[in-house]
Amino acid sequence: MNGCMFNIDGGYLEGLCRGFKCGILQQSDYLNLIQCETLEDLKLHLAGTDYGSFLANEPSPLSVSVIDDKLREKLVIEFQHLRNHSVQPLSTFLDFITYSYMIDNIILLITGTLHQRPISELIPKCHPLGSFEQMEAIHVAATPAELYNAVLVDTPLAPFFVDCISEQDLDEMNIEIIRNTLYKAYLEAFYKFCLAIGGTTADTMCEILAFEADRRAIIITINSFGTELGKDDRAKLYPRCGRLNPDGLAALARADDYEQVKAVAEYYAEYSALFEGAGNNPGDKTLEDKFFEHEVRLNMQAFLQQFHFGVFYSYLKLKEQECRNIVWISECVAQKHRAKIDNYIPIF
Amino acid sequence: MSGKDRLPIFPSRGAQMLMKSRLAGAQKGHGLLKKKADALQMRFRMILGKIIETKTLMGEVMKEAAFSLAEAKFATGDFNQVVLQNVTKAQIKIRSKKDNVAGVNLPVFESYQDGTDTYELAGLARGGQQLAKLKKNYQRAVKLLVELASLQTSFVTLDEVIKITNRRVNAIEHVIIPRIERTLAYIISELDELEREEFYRLKKIQDKKKIAKAKTEAQRLANIEAGKHVDAANMLDEGDEDLLF
Repeated sequence: MNGCMFNIDGGYLEGLCRGFKCGILQQSDYLNLIQCETLEDLKLHLAGTDYGSFLANEPSPLSVSVIDDKLREKLVIEFQHLRNHSVQPLSTFLDFITYSYMIDNIILLITGTLHQRPISELIPKCHPLGSFEQMEAIHVAATPAELYNAVLVDTPLAPFFVDCISEQDLDEMNIEIIRNTLYKAYLEAFYKFCLAIGGTTADTMCEILAFEADRRAIIITINSFGTELGKDDRAKLYPRCGRLNPDGLAALARADDYEQVKAVAEYYAEYSALFEGAGNNPGDKTLEDKFFEHEVRLNMQAFLQQFHFGVFYSYLKLKEQECRNIVWISECVAQKHRAKIDNYIPIF
Repeated sequence: MSGKDRLPIFPSRGAQMLMKSRLAGAQKGHGLLKKKADALQMRFRMILGKIIETKTLMGEVMKEAAFSLAEAKFATGDFNQVVLQNVTKAQIKIRSKKDNVAGVNLPVFESYQDGTDTYELAGLARGGQQLAKLKKNYQRAVKLLVELASLQTSFVTLDEVIKITNRRVNAIEHVIIPRIERTLAYIISELDELEREEFYRLKKIQDKKKIAKAKTEAQRLANIEAGKHVDAANMLDEGDEDLLF
């Protein structure tokens, strides 16, 4: 019954998404890619996959940035196709996914405005998935106050802004802290939204988002060692929707070095396993790599169940990881730095 | 030609003394310049060696830096624009100092960090370690670049100075000293010539005197033979004709 009702609105798109998912590169494709000697070879191999002739019209000296742009363009087209055919509540869900890109774009625009860069130059540099109607209007704002009052409150991100950032903060706070505060608010809102949808969507998405929240908390803690970011400020950036909430986050807020973070993670079976395998020696996988692998695993699991929205989120994340993998391999090929070419995160 | 190329000077004892002191001066100057050229040359070789070393190192460091950019991009995604828009001023600046080698001022560049790291928190949520590595690698690359720039500038300056010094050394060695030597030789030969002429003149006078004496003797004898009595010649009135050469 559940599946029947789901299929009325989301059946077509879910099917489409699963079809797209089959186009994600397999291990054998990666094996082919890492044996390439030049970018032209790489292009040839990619033409044999689901990417088809997406690089066909590019002039011959192929650069990594061109590949990057084209990969992203293809992903954006697919996602926008999905978004255009969706109905409530899937459309809101897809919008929520784009909010994270909007945060990046807004941060970019704010930084530009604060440093008096022409906004028209910045707009083309924004991520296309995070573009929104009011973005063009941002150039009317000359000062941070105007930006806040006239533009930001109208954007879809307004609730995140209103809750956690005041007008004065725009001037004074470090831009990275603003970004992370926004992202925290976004994750929590997304989490709540998924819970509200309920059912299988809540099951799969909440797990992924909880992991995302915990990962952010741990990474922020580790990266803040040795910087001017104090413990109290740091604690404010932890998204409070993961498994670490509340005890783990409180412990993280008190941590002073990597070992203490590791000790906190010991209490959580899945994170302690990630910390075990990570090392900082060359050749070892870093903690972030481990996190990426775990994220990919979670996203793969989303495809094991049917009749839920998690597949769209997972598909986008997997595809993004794949883009980064391809760019990584192209960089290694272009710079003839083959020793680390195997460091990509395999998806299948 | 070169034989005639000498200083226009009147050949005299005084001029000879002057020339001798000039020659000594020129030789001393030549020695000093030669020493300077050698010192510069030594420095030049040293810098050349360092440049080669730095350039090879540069290649590796730049490669590593470019690769860590790829690593950071892999971990963080695209962060170019955010960093670019955040730029307000240069973080690494250059001071210029002067180094003195044998009287030549060589510029030496020195990089220093100006202000604190404004990107301390970049990549806070992901890729922070990669970004830190990236910053470190590029800082090393920039430092090497500055070092290389300083070496290259010294190289060019030294090259110029060495050329000038060598030209001077060669000019003194092959033009000025031979010219003074030729002038000296000329003066000596002229002085010798004068001396020989003087000697010859003295000889000639002696000859003439001898002939005149013989003549008067013959006259006197003839007079005695003829029985004429000739008064003794007046000592005060020699009656000689003036000698004209």
